[in-house]
Amino acid sequence: MAEPRTTPRTTPRTIIDKIWDAHIVAEEPDCPAVIYIDLQLVHEVTSPQAFSGLRARGMKVRRPERTVATMDHSTPTLPRGLAVVDPLAEAQLETLRRNCAEFGVRLFELGGEKQGIVHVIGPELGFTQPGMTIVCGDSHTSTHGAFAALAFGIGTSEVEHVLASQCLLQHKPRSCEVVFDGALGPGVSAKDMILALIAEIGTGGGTGHVFEYRGDAVRGLSMEGRMTVCNMSIEAGARAGLIAPDDTTFDYLAGRDYAPKGADWDRAVDRWRTLPTDDGASYDRSITIDVSRLEPMITFGTNPGQGIGISSAVPDPQALGDAGQRESLAKALAYMDLAPGKPLLGHKIDVVFIGSCTNSRIEDLRAAAGVLDGRKVAQGVRALVVPGSADIKRQAEAEGLDRIFTGAGAEWRNAGCSMCIAMNGDQLDPGQYAVSTSNRNFEGRQGKGGRTFLASPLTAAASAVSGAIADVRALKGGI
Amino acid sequence: MEPFRTLESAVIPLVRDDVDTDQIIPARFLKVTEKVGLGKNLFADWRYDNGTPRPEFVLERPEMADRTVLLAGNNFGCGSSREHAPWALADWGIRAIIATSFADIFKNNAMSNGILPVVVGPAVHAELVRAVEADPAATVSIDLEARVLTVPGGDSGHARVEFPVDPFARKCLLAGTDKLGYILGFDDQIEAFEKERADA
Repeated sequence: MAEPRTTPRTTPRTIIDKIWDAHIVAEEPDCPAVIYIDLQLVHEVTSPQAFSGLRARGMKVRRPERTVATMDHSTPTLPRGLAVVDPLAEAQLETLRRNCAEFGVRLFELGGEKQGIVHVIGPELGFTQPGMTIVCGDSHTSTHGAFAALAFGIGTSEVEHVLASQCLLQHKPRSCEVVFDGALGPGVSAKDMILALIAEIGTGGGTGHVFEYRGDAVRGLSMEGRMTVCNMSIEAGARAGLIAPDDTTFDYLAGRDYAPKGADWDRAVDRWRTLPTDDGASYDRSITIDVSRLEPMITFGTNPGQGIGISSAVPDPQALGDAGQRESLAKALAYMDLAPGKPLLGHKIDVVFIGSCTNSRIEDLRAAAGVLDGRKVAQGVRALVVPGSADIKRQAEAEGLDRIFTGAGAEWRNAGCSMCIAMNGDQLDPGQYAVSTSNRNFEGRQGKGGRTFLASPLTAAASAVSGAIADVRALKGGI
Repeated sequence: MEPFRTLESAVIPLVRDDVDTDQIIPARFLKVTEKVGLGKNLFADWRYDNGTPRPEFVLERPEMADRTVLLAGNNFGCGSSREHAPWALADWGIRAIIATSFADIFKNNAMSNGILPVVVGPAVHAELVRAVEADPAATVSIDLEARVLTVPGGDSGHARVEFPVDPFARKCLLAGTDKLGYILGFDDQIEAFEKERADA
C-alpha cells in the first residue's frame, strides 16, 4: 500500500492541511483517502435509512461515544405542549429514539434539558473541539468550523459509512483563504459579512474548496459571530469553512460539559495552539473583503447569493450580459414579485423569523432584544423568536430577553429549526414575505409559496417594528 | 446498487442554473424513514399545483416518461445535503444528469445511488441545448467505461466528448458496489489509527 500523501512537515502548512494530515487512515493511488471522523452528529431526518442499512448488514455503531444525536428539524417549538405536527414526523422522531437505544447512541431528546439544533448544541456542550473532523447528515455542519474543526455535511449513505467504520472516503479539498479586513460599522454584523461574501462569489463560488476565514474582522468576532460566518460557507458552495483557534475559542469551550477538564484541558489547549496556518503556507485561492465598506445586507432573490446592501436597489435583469444569468434573475424576481431598480427599504412584510442554526444563539437574541426593547412589533406582522437550544432559552429567560420579546408582541418559542425549514408546522403561507435570520431563501423553503429575505438579527428586529424592510441604523431612537 | 455502464436516451431539458435540493424535493417530503417511493415528490412545487400536475412542467410531458437523462444548467443540486434528492431522481428513473457543474454534496450523493453526474464545458452545453431545442427527440449516449458522452450536432450528426469522472467513483458505478465495503477493507488500519491516537 502507498504511504499516505501528507504534506512534508518542513513545508509550511495551512490549518486545513494540518487537520487533513492528522486524520488519514489509509490512502491508495487513484482512490479517495480513508479519513478518520472524530465526531458524528445525528438528527432525525437524515439518519433513519443509515441505521436501517447498518441493521441490514448486521453491523454495530463502531464508536457510539463519538456519535451524538438530537431532535431538531421536525420538532414542535410551541411553548405549551409538545404535540408533534403530524404522524410522519412523530414516526421519524420515534425511529431516532429506537435507533439510539438499540445502537447505544447518546440522544438529546425533545423536551430534554440539553436538546436543541444540532449545530447549536455541539459547540454548546463542548463536543465540538479544535482540530477535529466532524460530519453530520446536514449541510450546515460547516458551522463547527468556527472552532477550527474540519466539519462538513454528508449524505445518508455516508452517515452509514461513518456509523459503521468511523471513517469516510474523501478527496482532499482545495483551500481558499477568505480575508475579512477592516472594522465593522455600527449595525453591521457577522451575518452581513457572510452574505456579502456569497453575494460576491455566488452560490457555486466555493465549490470544491474549504474556506479559511482570516483577518482582523474575523479575529474580532465572538464565537457566536464566527459560527454565523462558518454556517453559511455551504451557501457559497464550500462544504466547510473554518477559523483558526485563539483565546476567544478557548474561553468559549472552557468548562463546557464535554470539553476536556484539568490536565487534559491544558494538554488540549497546547495541541490546539499548533493548529493555525504556518507563515508562508499557500492556498489554492484567496479572496479579500474590506468589511468597513459593508452596510447591513439583505437578499432579494431565491438563492443566498442574490444579496445587496440594504440601501441598494434590486438589480435589473436587463443590465446583465449573460443570457442564463438574466433569465435566473428574472425568474427570481418573478417569484419574489419584486420590481427591478427599486430599493427593498420600505417593502411591506408579513413575518419576521429570528432563529435557525445561523442566528439563534444568545448573542443573536440579545441583538434582536436590543432593538425590540421599548418598541412594538408592527401591526399585522407576526414575529417568531426561536432559540437554538433549551440552554439558550433558559439563559435568555434569565436575562429577561423573553419578556422583551413577548412585551414587544413577538412569539417566544422552544428550541428547534422551526421556520428555517418549515417541517414542524412553523411556516409561511403562500405569497407571504418574511425577513428571516436563517440561511436559505430558496423558493418555498420557509413554506410553499413563501418569500424570504435573509438578513441579520438586527435587520430582522428593525423590520419587525417597522412592518417593512428597515435599516436598523436609521431606526428612530437608535440601535 | 445497479451497475452503470452505458446509457442512451433523449434528454429531459431542465436548463436552469442553481437548482437547489429544496426544489428537487421540498423539505416537507423528508419526513420518511425509507428511501423508496420518493419519485412522486420529485420537483413537487414546480410540478404540481395543489396536487394537480402542471402539464407545462417538463416532467409531466408524456414523451418524458421513459427518458433517463436530465439536462440541467450550472451548479445543479446546491443547498442541503439531503440524499432524498437523488433518491427521488432515481425513483423517477433518472440515471444521469448533464450539467456545467454540480454542488459537491449532491454529486457524491448522486453517485452513491447509481446516478452519473456528467460535467461538460459551457460550449458543449450550449451546443447540446441548441441541438435539443432543434430536435427534442435527439438522443445522447453515455459510455462510462470510455468516459465518453455522445451528443447530437456537428457535421457527422453527432460529437463525442470526453467527460471527467473520479476514477474510484467510476469503478464503483461500473461494478454497482457501494463504498462501505472498500472502507471496511481497512479495518486493521482503522484499529491501528485508533490505538495510536489513544496512546498519544
